[in-house]
Amino acid sequence: MGDTASMVLAVRGLTRTFPGVRALDGVDLTLRAGEIHALLGENGAGKSTLINLLTGAQPIDDGTIHLDGRAIRPKNPADAAANGIVAVYQEITLLPNLSVAENIYLGREPTRFGLVDRARMRREGSALLARFGLSIDPALPLSAFSTAVQQLIAIARAVDMSARVLILDEPTASLDSAEVAVLFRLMRELAASGLAILFVTHFLDQVYTVTDRITVLRGGKLVGERLTADLARLDLVAMMLGSLPATESHLQRRTAVAPGDIVVQVTGLGRRNLVSPFTAEIRQAEVLGVAGLLGSGRTETALLLFGAVRADTGGVLVDGKPVTLKGPRDAIRLGFGFCPEDRKLDGIVADLSVRENIVLALQARQGWWKRVPPARQRALADDYIRLLNIRTPDAEKPIQLLSGGNQQKALLARWLATRPRLLILDEPTRGIDVGAHAEIILLLEELRNDGMALYVISSEIEEVAAYADRVLVMRERRQAGMLTGAEVTPAAIIDAIVRPVDGEPSGRAA
Amino acid sequence: MRLDARTLPLLITVGVFILLYAACAVQFPAMLGTRVIGNLLTDNAFLGVLAVGMTFVILSGGIDLSVGAVMGFTTVALAVMIEGAGLHPLVAFTIVLAGGALFGCGVGAAIHWLKAPPFIVTLTAMFLARGAALLLSTDSIPVRHGFYQTLSGLSLSLPGGGRLGLIALLMLLAFLAGGVLLHFTRAGLKVYALGGNSRFAGLMGIDTGRTTILVYGFSSTMAGLAGIIFSLYTRSGYALTGVGVELDAIAAVVIGGTLLSGGVGGMAGSLIGVLIQGLILTWITFDGSLSSWWTKIAIGMLLFIFIGLQRLILHFSAPTGRTG
Repeated sequence: MGDTASMVLAVRGLTRTFPGVRALDGVDLTLRAGEIHALLGENGAGKSTLINLLTGAQPIDDGTIHLDGRAIRPKNPADAAANGIVAVYQEITLLPNLSVAENIYLGREPTRFGLVDRARMRREGSALLARFGLSIDPALPLSAFSTAVQQLIAIARAVDMSARVLILDEPTASLDSAEVAVLFRLMRELAASGLAILFVTHFLDQVYTVTDRITVLRGGKLVGERLTADLARLDLVAMMLGSLPATESHLQRRTAVAPGDIVVQVTGLGRRNLVSPFTAEIRQAEVLGVAGLLGSGRTETALLLFGAVRADTGGVLVDGKPVTLKGPRDAIRLGFGFCPEDRKLDGIVADLSVRENIVLALQARQGWWKRVPPARQRALADDYIRLLNIRTPDAEKPIQLLSGGNQQKALLARWLATRPRLLILDEPTRGIDVGAHAEIILLLEELRNDGMALYVISSEIEEVAAYADRVLVMRERRQAGMLTGAEVTPAAIIDAIVRPVDGEPSGRAA
Repeated sequence: MRLDARTLPLLITVGVFILLYAACAVQFPAMLGTRVIGNLLTDNAFLGVLAVGMTFVILSGGIDLSVGAVMGFTTVALAVMIEGAGLHPLVAFTIVLAGGALFGCGVGAAIHWLKAPPFIVTLTAMFLARGAALLLSTDSIPVRHGFYQTLSGLSLSLPGGGRLGLIALLMLLAFLAGGVLLHFTRAGLKVYALGGNSRFAGLMGIDTGRTTILVYGFSSTMAGLAGIIFSLYTRSGYALTGVGVELDAIAAVVIGGTLLSGGVGGMAGSLIGVLIQGLILTWITFDGSLSSWWTKIAIGMLLFIFIGLQRLILHFSAPTGRTG
């Protein structure tokens, strides 16, 4: 295995641009026969885009894909499959209303005199599934089986379509540890039979358990390719989160104003199966940064704090008095604001204008019967457009036509219009261009200096280290540490994220 | 025997049909005769043919509201072509079937390429077809061609004095062909795949656009055939033929155990769904004292019960390992 193995897939300079953001920027990827290759990166790093281009789900803007030395350009998933590139996703993309055999052979059913040969389908399906350690009747409907079995059936289908390259996109997310072990054994067998496997996960333990090589993406760009055995866990996290000691200087830590009184005190807030109880205090004129890898529970802390998910333990004090958080409406009434991670899904209302999007939270707090007067709406929108430098021809333009950075600023304006006491931001700088990036960080610092309390979740460790006064570190859905004052450095944050398994890069099975 | 969301509704439908038939036979022993059975099939032949097409559409996750209007247009077009232009009926039949197929493919293409809801697109198509039919003629045009007489005379004698007319045979043939196409060919499996989840079907390499176009093309072709059958049945053409029969066809398919949300169901159930509707109408005719509108009320109640049952079955056979 390793360098002498033959190259199956060679991706060079692959690029894909969406309005306002370059989702994938000149990325290279090399897959070798018999190897399991991890594709790693935080949300928005470009993993999904890369997979979509490889499987033809999205068109390629620039770059080349060579499969076994032959240039290909998949037009759609069927075309990619015909070339030997098949993907299996976390979400099972099989059809629950069909039988297992029909799912395996859909689109390439064996026929006899023009009719589907069900007996043969059942026989061959049975034999195929047996190779994957499944002794089930393929005539049963898919919906009769557990997620883990469905996942294996999806892989069986993919492999049976004479795949050269098997892409597994977070296949372990909904499996328990025994099922993961079965999957890993299967992956090793498939690799040994000459397949190239691209494995996407956010469990680092699994990366070290099963992969031979790692490619890391960040912000749509290639960070690097390493042999798993040669890459220490600490260095891997640094690659993913983008903090290298040499680049630390360009974000100057600005002196903060003295923090004021405690605005929000969180004590043991948690919810079973979501996030273990965590404790934090957020002061006036202070940024509390929240760091951790994807899936560490960092977003979940914000959902609990904002009441979007109800906690089953612990409580929140505001100005020293206990409050009930039954839902976001309670949180808004208390003066909390929340800019969620996924703007398109949870944040902007795409078809409404910039003005309507900005006024939304203020209107919601006032109740729907006391309409914000049109003149005041316009004044508010114009003020914030000027103040935050939102680039739009006018306030009436539908927000979906703005770039990511400007949408983010409009979202910020939405909450600023309510004059919040605590502003919760989840990945405020994700998926936006460099200029807007800097502007938003500057804005956060201004808000902080004006006395607002900020709760900022970010995977950009350098940035967090630059603007946060204290940092809450999350790991595996529990609080892993709280850094204050001089402790807040990129190195210390990364150290806290990986600490318990540090120096043991070949970790055990999940 | 497995009882799941796929077989249980069909069994219930069969049970309801047998119960209903037994109840009728107890009250009116003549119902058991082959004469009644022959008439049941003949009188509902056009509805059965529409239901064959509708089964494909609903299984694919869609709906086709245009079939009644296409059928009405076909009867007028046939009358105009045969009586007005003097075409031989066989030529006219070929033209309307081809026209129906093209029309349906257009509807399917609009649904796929415009990403428009089938409800709206087929509603538009319904207005188009009905309007075009009225444009051809607002009168009922009798068809007196000798060939029509010949075709009407063709029938299969059943033991016991009953007769199975050509149009009843055509319907049974349509169900047979539709059943084979749906359950035993690759094309049929694609329809199920589309109705299960069109995005996943696309990811699994099914050409969803092509399938959608062909499904609606097939449905409209069946509507054309239903028009031919109705034309033979009444030996006339009238633009307002078949107002609302698309809803009867949908009702037959749903009573037959096909989920309105698509992906689950089958062809045999639709035939029984048609027969249940016909049976209720026959019963009311035999009774003589009830208004024929009671058919609608009975169908409505049956539909309501079936939709409730389907929900319950879906609820209790909720697939494992999937979250909502």
